[in-house]
Amino acid sequence: MNGLIAIVRRELAAYFETPLAWVFLTVFAVAAPSFAWRIGNLFETGRADLAPLFDYMPWLLLILMPALAMRSWAEERDRGTLEVLLSSPIPLWAAALGKFLAAWAIAGLALVLTFPLWIAMNYLGAPDNAATATAYMGAFLLAGGFLAIGQALSAATSNQVIAFVLGVGACFLITAAGLPVVLDALSGGLPGAAAEALAELSALARFESLRRGVVSLADLIYFVSLIGLGLASAMTLIDSRRGGGR
Amino acid sequence: MILADQLVKRFTGRTAVHEVSFTVERGEVLGFLGPNGAGKSTTMRMIAGCLEPDAGRALVDGHDSALDRQAAQSRLGYLPEGAPAYPAMSARGYVRFHLRARGFSGEALTHACETALKRANLGAAADKPIGALSKGYKRRAALAAAIAHDPPVLILDEPTDGLDPNQKDGVRALINEMAPKKAIIISTHLLEEVDAICSRAIVIAGGRLLADDTPHALARLGDDDTIGSAFRTLTRPAGEAISERAGSGRT
Repeated sequence: MNGLIAIVRRELAAYFETPLAWVFLTVFAVAAPSFAWRIGNLFETGRADLAPLFDYMPWLLLILMPALAMRSWAEERDRGTLEVLLSSPIPLWAAALGKFLAAWAIAGLALVLTFPLWIAMNYLGAPDNAATATAYMGAFLLAGGFLAIGQALSAATSNQVIAFVLGVGACFLITAAGLPVVLDALSGGLPGAAAEALAELSALARFESLRRGVVSLADLIYFVSLIGLGLASAMTLIDSRRGGGR
Repeated sequence: MILADQLVKRFTGRTAVHEVSFTVERGEVLGFLGPNGAGKSTTMRMIAGCLEPDAGRALVDGHDSALDRQAAQSRLGYLPEGAPAYPAMSARGYVRFHLRARGFSGEALTHACETALKRANLGAAADKPIGALSKGYKRRAALAAAIAHDPPVLILDEPTDGLDPNQKDGVRALINEMAPKKAIIISTHLLEEVDAICSRAIVIAGGRLLADDTPHALARLGDDDTIGSAFRTLTRPAGEAISERAGSGRT
């Protein structure tokens, strides 16, 4: 537990001691409402809800989460500080989880920065606040899944740009798998069960049900599994650098 | 306190460390000598638990560095080659991070941190970002982090590399001061350092242990009774063999 707390504190300090967290939060705070206003026509729908914000949220997250996660291991490898970490008595799970929790906290803070929009909707009308809350929960879980994938790919390289590009690619794949256009295209060539299985793997479909206000155990398990898979992959990749194989 | 027992490490296509064995007891400072690529850092990394040996074992205070890693690492202070550290952190923040990871908190953490910063002679540089410090101060910041938890075992990979003569003297004095209570391994290219601080020295080349003796006894292996000539006598055959291989590869 000491190791976990030490890593979370160090990672948060690393985000805020450099311009990274400030730039990220500013870009998110500007981009998320801008998408909702400019592309989602937030104020022209005639409805007091945040649907336009969440329409574009997965696409914003799939760019910004890999940007937040790309440094997690690639930077340690590039600077040689990975050797310092691997020689310290911090268990690898604590290092991976600590890095993830710090990045997830910043993602959560970024989502909180869009709350003024939610407050404005309550001022303008009577939105379904329970559905909005589950939509925010869905966005937070989706951000966590993307961050975990980003961390795993950051562990695969010492180059942060490569980690970012791979992260965006992987997040795009699991998001796009649920798009109707992809599913329609695949349903012609794939057996029904395979297309259905692919749709089940899509993060977008899981997010969509949460943003409609439907909280199901299967969706929660999906996101927790995605996060677990990402962190376990990162740990495996880093641990394999010790070699030995005993 | 430190036992390397038949350590072997292979990387793709070559054996970096081949059946290297030695021990270091409390109160000893072991100088680890060898040409570049001899296997010094790889051996140190295996003892520190950064790398797992392909065969053999490394024990730190009785704990296996690969199988009982956390127990071994909690008894160890390790300064890797090049003294890597987080550039945005201050030296004080870096030392505090190391101490927190080892379970220090509150007054004990503050006391250990201040003692380490003082021993490493960081002075006013302790609160500047490590990335803004000179090479000497960066190395001292990393050294402060390695010694802060007062471990019984210290492994220092080229601790005086890149330091000016005064800074080298400072680090050597610090190692001499800590030596009676710890088992210390230092790797170095500076042969005068062996005379200055080491109670024993080993020479490694091509991944194989070539000599393990006191500096005085080691010096007798050379042509003119110096560590330098002994080093050249011991490692020249390996160097020449490499040159010959490279030469025959080109023709």
